Amino acid sequence: MWNMKQLEYGALARRANQIKDELRQGVRRPYKEVIDVFQGDLHRAGMKPLTFVRQVLAACVYPPLINSSNLPLDVRQRAQEELGRCVGGSVGEGNARDHAPNILNVLVNREASPRTGVLIPVPCHNKTVLSITQLGAVAVPYYLSEEQGWALQVEELQRALESAKGVCNPVALYVINPGNPAGYVQSQKSVLEVIRFAWEKRLFLLVDELYQDRVYGENCEFVSYKRAVSEMGPPFSGTVELASFHSVSKGFSGEYVCGLRAGYVELVNLDPAVMKYIHTLFSKDACSPVLGQIALDLMTDPPKPGDPSYLLYKQEIEQIRTVLLHSVKKVHEVVNSLPGFSCPPIEGGLFAFPRLHLTPKAIQKAKVTAEMQEDPDTFYCTRLLEEGGVFTGPGWEYGQKEGTYHIRYNTSRALFKELLRRLSSFHMTFMKDFS
Amino acid sequence: MKSMSKITLQLQRCARDITNMSQQAVNGVSHRGRVLTLDSMNPNVKRVEYAVRGPIVQRAVQIEKELKEGAKKPFTEVIKANIGDAHAMGQKPITFFRQVLALCSYPALLEDSKFPEDAKQRARRILEACGGHSIGAYSASQGIECIRQDVARYIEKRDGGIPSNPDNIYLSTGASDAIVTILKLLVCGEGRDRTGVMISIPQYPLYSAALADLGAVQINYYLDEDNCWSLNITELRRALSAAREHCNPRVLCIINPGNPTGQVQSRQCIEDVIRFAKEEHLFLMADEVYQDNVYAEGCQFHSFKKVLFEMGPEYSNTVEMASFHSTSKCYMGECGFRGGYMEVINLDPEVKAQLIKLVSVRLCPPVPGQALLDLVVNPPQPDEPSYATFMKERTAVLSALAEKARLTEQIFNTVPGITCNPVQGAMYTFPRITLPQKAIDKAKELGLVPDMFYCMRLLDEEGICLVPGSGFGQREGTYHFRMTILPPTEKLKVVLQKIREFQLHFTQEFS
Repeated sequence: MWNMKQLEYGALARRANQIKDELRQGVRRPYKEVIDVFQGDLHRAGMKPLTFVRQVLAACVYPPLINSSNLPLDVRQRAQEELGRCVGGSVGEGNARDHAPNILNVLVNREASPRTGVLIPVPCHNKTVLSITQLGAVAVPYYLSEEQGWALQVEELQRALESAKGVCNPVALYVINPGNPAGYVQSQKSVLEVIRFAWEKRLFLLVDELYQDRVYGENCEFVSYKRAVSEMGPPFSGTVELASFHSVSKGFSGEYVCGLRAGYVELVNLDPAVMKYIHTLFSKDACSPVLGQIALDLMTDPPKPGDPSYLLYKQEIEQIRTVLLHSVKKVHEVVNSLPGFSCPPIEGGLFAFPRLHLTPKAIQKAKVTAEMQEDPDTFYCTRLLEEGGVFTGPGWEYGQKEGTYHIRYNTSRALFKELLRRLSSFHMTFMKDFS
Repeated sequence: MKSMSKITLQLQRCARDITNMSQQAVNGVSHRGRVLTLDSMNPNVKRVEYAVRGPIVQRAVQIEKELKEGAKKPFTEVIKANIGDAHAMGQKPITFFRQVLALCSYPALLEDSKFPEDAKQRARRILEACGGHSIGAYSASQGIECIRQDVARYIEKRDGGIPSNPDNIYLSTGASDAIVTILKLLVCGEGRDRTGVMISIPQYPLYSAALADLGAVQINYYLDEDNCWSLNITELRRALSAAREHCNPRVLCIINPGNPTGQVQSRQCIEDVIRFAKEEHLFLMADEVYQDNVYAEGCQFHSFKKVLFEMGPEYSNTVEMASFHSTSKCYMGECGFRGGYMEVINLDPEVKAQLIKLVSVRLCPPVPGQALLDLVVNPPQPDEPSYATFMKERTAVLSALAEKARLTEQIFNTVPGITCNPVQGAMYTFPRITLPQKAIDKAKELGLVPDMFYCMRLLDEEGICLVPGSGFGQREGTYHFRMTILPPTEKLKVVLQKIREFQLHFTQEFS
């Protein structure tokens, strides 16, 4: 189902960059700038960084600032602490503190026959398939149920496992919670079901929990797999092998610093003999950038009531949260109200993945437009980019049920009114043109 | 034969499982083999070793812990002369760089009059190029465009005007990231057709580790210790023809200035290597991260690209090459920022498209590292306010290193049992140690490689952490260690003294 048109990944991104360049050079288009809601990048989407975090980072980078009365006392103290943990007192030192080793690389035995299989959700992040096939493993899709708000159904996991028979040897089950691109948050019941399934079928659980701080749905709550495994008690708690991932890139109550590149992985119930090799692996991979590690520290230990930076920090977090909640809700409302679009409630995560109900005429047109290579959602996204100046991701890049089409966009755009205006306007015209 | 042993292996596994099961049944625990075991895991990972942070460092860390807990030892601190981490050893960062980075981290400082105008101007320019004007945003996978342009300009200036195309520049997370990425593209094939990669012995163990991880065939070519670790084409030829028996050699890696050996290749040598690569149809990987670290008189850094192009179109239009640089070494020493780049030459356009795809999987290199790289290739100019301080700091770092290189060679060569080639460049010394036969025997008894045994004893008795030569590769029957020349001069003198004392005492003990 993922046809190997690998080269097409990024074609739309290249075009978006081209258009951005053209606009910079003064070329006239129906819009003055491209609204980029393709990536999960909050800063690019207009979010302001957190003052406290940036002040500490600046002081760590340029220690004379620690004596600057312009910076609050707690900032200066934290910077001092962080530098104290750096050998030689410099963020330029390369010490391997926290670093996420590539667990997939350890799991996949390239020499194995049959080949190693990894169950992955459809839809999922567009890099996932690539990172699996790159290692010589096979990606085995399991479909999330769009009609049920992208619920993960165990019967579907079973079907996927069956489909792998004779094709590969599935060893791992990859789960994304909260979802990407689909904005679901797994219920506790679902998390427990998945853990039980992984235990029964002897699958290593790889859980992407990057968006754990981004939960908006009412009655939704993030349940960490690590905690669930532990609370399930024996035999699960002592035997289910789990790697769960978190990152500074996507934090809601932390710094949105995709550019700093820091994250961590928690490993549960791994074979101690294997852990030894994992340690060697990550010592060779040098360290994750020190600034990112510091941002991670700050994220997990923010200012507390009474600290000089607390009020501003709290205010900024609240503001971001409010703006985001509002934007997510509003965008979902508007998109859902457009004929030809349907979208389950967005409970969490960074993106929306609405379904595009294209008319046969539009699908036909896509097929004859040579460069589009028969992807109607790429056709839609390309037109949306060229005519509306909005850069979104076509559904096929993330995987979808045959015959369905979707687009993905970042829901965190602070200035969403313009986005909605352009999207609505383009969409209505498009639907009319192909009615 | 093959299928027989496979069955035997399976039977052994079954037997083990049954034993486990019955044991666990006895323990009252139901049988659960793990999914991820030594048998099921990627076997390549098991072959990965990285001596620079290997067992000796683990021991050093343990000793540090013990010291902290008040244990009495013949020393009060462990001197970690194992890793090329300048700042960890007390080298000061370049003020200008840190100012710009602070401004980028917290742009409100742009209003602070304590920061010089040239720093602010660079910070503004970098922020302008970042998504949302923030270093917190993802950048393009290949790296921020204006920074790639600056890198290209730097290369042109360095190489006397030979053009560099920004599209051929890929920013990376340190040089290591780019090196591994290129290797990923190059390594393929099965059995006798498996890609072979030529690498110097001794080498920086990132290469051997990456090759093990990728399941590539490592082809060793020996540097000539008796001639200042020089590279001989005859040796390259020997290694290559031997390798052709069992693999498909496609890549030639060279580290210049060298790590761990510190040799700076002559221009003639570089030409010879390029000629060899062309004749034998090999992809050249030139690791040039130490390009500013050249100390010895009569030595000069010649970039592979420059030499390639000066050899004329017959070479410059055909030889495929990637050269690497980083912000971790030279005079900056900013290992923690993970800044770096590679320049690719004559890469097939379709392969380039695959390369772009490959780098996009890891999203982007750290933006602060990219910003730092931009400053390295775009430092203060003579007419700018920060120039004087910048030059002073840069010169201080490089001249201190040169002095320490000289001192190290001089002192080691006065110690019986230690011979040391001149440290022409980079940041390390790789002296040869003569071990008494009894010491070698003792090491074998303990199941240790002799130079590991030596280094462990040095660590336990003097608190000095070095890396045994076996971690880098050496000729059979020879022993070495690698020491960095990074500790501050006074401390380095103490270290050299202690090693001398240890060598004498060790030799006596095992005479």
